[in-house]
Amino acid sequence: MLIELVCFLLVMVAGTAGELCIARAMKTVGEVTDFRPRQLMAVAWRTVKVPWMWTGLGLMALAFFALLAVLAVENVSFVVPVTALSYAVGALGGKVFLHEQVTRTRWTGVLLVCVGVTLVLIGKRWG
Amino acid sequence: MKSFSHSHFKTYVVILLIVIFGPVGNFLLGKGMKGLGMTLSWKPSELVRFIAFALRSETIWMGIGSLIIFFVSYSLILSWADYSYVQPASAFAYGTAALLGHFMLGEIVNAVQWAGIMIICLGVFVVGRTPLRTTEPN
Repeated sequence: MLIELVCFLLVMVAGTAGELCIARAMKTVGEVTDFRPRQLMAVAWRTVKVPWMWTGLGLMALAFFALLAVLAVENVSFVVPVTALSYAVGALGGKVFLHEQVTRTRWTGVLLVCVGVTLVLIGKRWG
Repeated sequence: MKSFSHSHFKTYVVILLIVIFGPVGNFLLGKGMKGLGMTLSWKPSELVRFIAFALRSETIWMGIGSLIIFFVSYSLILSWADYSYVQPASAFAYGTAALLGHFMLGEIVNAVQWAGIMIICLGVFVVGRTPLRTTEPN
């Protein structure tokens, strides 16, 4: 039970934290305005030199392996709360870690997405 | 005003890429894996054999390609838009996945799933009414 709880937290927190780190890396690189292949390669080169990118990729890999581990012992119903909650955790992370202004309107949208994702996953399981 | 419109235009285009290539990549990867007719084993020697076998599948390569486009698009959009804007907006992908399942695999999308997709659309619409970016550029 404890291992499953740890994996649950790892999937949700490490997955979202990984994306937040990638967001911070991309903000460090700066806004991409030129989408020609050569320019995109230059952006990719600048991106791999930002440590936040590697931290993000590492955390996402950790979340992926935690998901595999938990799916080996638990059934897929585990995916429902993790996926739905990750949107709320993501908005909170954006506010705290990236200092984004998550207004009441944005929170409302995020919570609607959480409810919608829960229904889609529950419907898929019961269907 | 011009830059506002341009930012929104490129944001919508990249979100479109995200919600198409994410589910398509997962779908192709899943289809390719099932087509292999092998079960995944964690023994190193069998794992290497499994990966070597999987990489011979065109479907798996198309899946990997789609997921690379998804990841690049997701990273690019985060260079100018808030994470708390992009993450919920990309939930549109659940709608794409349901449509893919319905039209490509003949899966039945039930009323609960449709209700969920409608609520996701409403949530994305609400998030879309907030500013793209609320932090100062570096």
